[in-house]
Amino acid sequence: MKPTGAHSRKVERLIALVAVTLLLFCPPLIIVVDRLPSFNVGWLPLYLFIAWAVVIGLTAWLMEHRAGR
Amino acid sequence: MRTDLIIVGTAFGYLALLFVVAAWGDRRAEQGRSLIGSPTVYALSIAVYCTAWTFYGSVGRAAEHGPSFLLIYLGPTLAMLLAPSVIRKMVRIAARQRITSIADFISARYGKNTTLGALVALMALISITPYIALQLKAITVSHAVLINYPHTADTTLVDERFWMDKSLWVALVLAVFIILFGTRHLDASERHEGMVAAIALESLVKLVAFMAVGIFVVFVMFEGPAALFAEVAATPALVNSMSLDSVPGGATGWVGMLALAFLAFLTLPRQFQVLVVENVDEQHLTRASWLFPLYMLLINLFVIPIALAGLLLGVSAGDPDSFVLTLPLSAGLEGLPLLVFIGGLSAATGMVIVETIALSTMVSNQLVMPLLLRSKRLHLSTKGELAGWLLGIRRIAIVLILLLGYLYHALIGDSYSLVTIGLVSFAGAAQFAPALLIGLYWRGATRQGATLGLIAGFLVWCYTLLLPGFAQSGWLSATLLTEGPWGIAWLIPYSLFGLENWDIYSHSLLWSMLANVGLLVGVSLFTRPSPLEQTQAALFTEAMHPNLQTTSLWRGQTTQGALKELLVRYLGEQTTQRVFRHSGNKLLFAPDDTAPPELITRAEQALAGALGSASARVLINSVVRGEALDIESVLSILDTTSQTIEYNRRLEQKSQELAQIGEELRSANERLRELDRLKDEFVAMVSHELRTPLTSIRAFAEILRDSDQLPDEKRKHFLGVIVHESQRLSRLIEEILDLARLESGRLTLNPEPLDLAALARHSINAIAHLHEEHGIALDVAIEADPAMVIGDHDRLEQVIINLLDNAGKFADRQQPKVRLALYHHRRHFRLSVEDNGPGIGIEERERVFEKFHQIQQDGELPKGRPKGSGLGLPISRGIIAHLGGRLWVEDAKQLGGACLTLELPTAPVND
Repeated sequence: MKPTGAHSRKVERLIALVAVTLLLFCPPLIIVVDRLPSFNVGWLPLYLFIAWAVVIGLTAWLMEHRAGR
Repeated sequence: MRTDLIIVGTAFGYLALLFVVAAWGDRRAEQGRSLIGSPTVYALSIAVYCTAWTFYGSVGRAAEHGPSFLLIYLGPTLAMLLAPSVIRKMVRIAARQRITSIADFISARYGKNTTLGALVALMALISITPYIALQLKAITVSHAVLINYPHTADTTLVDERFWMDKSLWVALVLAVFIILFGTRHLDASERHEGMVAAIALESLVKLVAFMAVGIFVVFVMFEGPAALFAEVAATPALVNSMSLDSVPGGATGWVGMLALAFLAFLTLPRQFQVLVVENVDEQHLTRASWLFPLYMLLINLFVIPIALAGLLLGVSAGDPDSFVLTLPLSAGLEGLPLLVFIGGLSAATGMVIVETIALSTMVSNQLVMPLLLRSKRLHLSTKGELAGWLLGIRRIAIVLILLLGYLYHALIGDSYSLVTIGLVSFAGAAQFAPALLIGLYWRGATRQGATLGLIAGFLVWCYTLLLPGFAQSGWLSATLLTEGPWGIAWLIPYSLFGLENWDIYSHSLLWSMLANVGLLVGVSLFTRPSPLEQTQAALFTEAMHPNLQTTSLWRGQTTQGALKELLVRYLGEQTTQRVFRHSGNKLLFAPDDTAPPELITRAEQALAGALGSASARVLINSVVRGEALDIESVLSILDTTSQTIEYNRRLEQKSQELAQIGEELRSANERLRELDRLKDEFVAMVSHELRTPLTSIRAFAEILRDSDQLPDEKRKHFLGVIVHESQRLSRLIEEILDLARLESGRLTLNPEPLDLAALARHSINAIAHLHEEHGIALDVAIEADPAMVIGDHDRLEQVIINLLDNAGKFADRQQPKVRLALYHHRRHFRLSVEDNGPGIGIEERERVFEKFHQIQQDGELPKGRPKGSGLGLPISRGIIAHLGGRLWVEDAKQLGGACLTLELPTAPVND
């Protein structure tokens, strides 16, 4: 019984992560970040790299956390 | 220092290293110690995605179009997030059906259709060859930059003979490499271990090279990122270079590019090769799903700084596509540019190797083999092995594909910058996505729908991206792009139906996908799939079903001999023997016996691995009478198994509950039986005990009634016996009642503080008369005086008298001795009664407290001593327990016999 529960939770989290990733990488948020008061070359590149790193970190946690059991 | 000799020497030295690594990888694989059986190597091999286009072109694109280059990598990041579901499913299907390429996959999904497979192979060939050309061009250009700097790289081949072009030679070396390490097995679904090891190494090399340039530019040419960005901020022309405005098509272009990269990552033949065909363990996807995005993040980390630095330096840095090389060159370095060149070379060769293997497999299995099989003459007459033929075809295909790529590069490669060709290929490969992904999840997608969708999508792609490319190269009239064909404005390729202000890739993707998906879905809704198609559709969409794997899918009949002949002809003796050996340890080869279904299935898989699934099906059908499992059977397997699994789960749960209840019932029943047995024993004991005195009373009473002449003396004696026995009877009944009250908890005690020492003396006095009669010597040692406890006076006295009485009965016959001791022990008082009798064995010590238990003694009890009822000790223990104390048997320390000790807590002082 337990593994099934853990598995479905993992799937749910993965779906949520995909949704968050889409949100982070797509226009409404991209435009908002792009229009922020400018600094140097603008916030967009920095934002993209940070968001990317966060997504990778979350994926790593999600995958390895369960795989380790 | 930077002579051509050194550069060429290094380049070919590097290629030689690849040969060594690949050979080593294959050697290790043969020894069963695979080099590449790790998720990290798997992730690195996926990084073949980052080609020369990433290596040189990303910087160029960043310089020109701002952050849009990142979308090429964010798309795959999204795709890798789905790896545990989508790609895992593809891997599982490919492993089960021995799929060899994406063309084979799509063909297998739609009923192992030959035409569809050939179509996909052809489309891949057309859309990917420019991409191979792009890699060769990158090698030529980077070499030229390295040689000619600081002069501009003259990349035209006009003033050079074609054999002077290094990329031709690189292409030839690669052809040798791919033939050596890419066509080792006939079975294309098997891993190319050495090749994957080399690819993983190449991924590391290009990452190291690119990061080295990045670190050099940021930390040596400028003093850290802050200094670089400060300088950029001070240059008005560059301030807006990284904003959304510089992305072609703005927000729409952004989304379009993200979608394009996402789809292409899954459908590019080389990605399918490393992701699906070369995968050995589904579990590796878990690690790769974050490790590969991390790789892409690292290799892109310095793209923007390098691009900005190149733009800051202006003319001296030359063409943005070459910034990676020209920046270290402009700083006067010698070693770093060489490393960069090797990095670019590794990016290019890695892509060319994998892409060529994937394409050559498609060409041989999906284009050439079906044609050969159709040629009756070959099929019927060839008695020898076709295996050699097959490998030959594949090798020729490899050389031809590389030559085609080279020609493309040499003839028309100059019209586009690197990134442009890459994205055109992406959009072409993305046309496979609807047939692939929709077919993976929608059982209703049919062959006609997929075929028409693919053709339509591909035509739209040709019209909106490929033809305009030719127009830009000057092969077609440029008016096509400005006025449309025959002056029809709404047919202008870059703004079809008047859709303007889109970037050309999003524009092409939109229209081609509309046509592709629209026809796939629309036609599927109105066509009926063939039985085999339905079966394959079910096998693909339900691939993750747990019980599907164990099902054998053939019901047709053939003999083992016919099957063997077929396999030997196409796969050779060795492979055939492996198929038959694997099929059954118990099965002996008998040419005329019917081949079991699993053997047919395995034979088909082996053929599919070598020839592609469509050809394998044709061949198997030529010897097997009857059909493969039809759709109804597959569906019923799926349905029944899923229902059965659910039922089983519930049943298991219920039976667990039942087992638990049964266990409880069983133990309750056991306890009841035990109680019943005790009750029976008790009743038997009581009746026995009651009958003895009753019998003697009755006997004496009858004598008295019947004999009148009895002397008075005798009559008196008899009456005395009757009285005595009646007393005994009433005492017994009293004891039984006590016991009953004790056991039912109805015994009423009157607890009060009392002096145990005084009580002991009182009890001794009460029994002294009896002891004197039997000559028992009583020794009294009262150390605690007074010994205040809480207890019921009468009941406690009853217990002490019982203990003293018992001790008297069991003391030594000749010199009976009894000793009573009262002493303080921690917070309790202990009263022990010892005798000098035979004592009580350890195993008997608890049983003396059972009802009616009599200790078996060697001889009779001493005469005149009354026998006990067997109830005294149980009652005593009950009473003491009610008063919060304990009563037990131990060895007598002083007299050597038995010692019964009772323990009661001391009474609280303030009471």
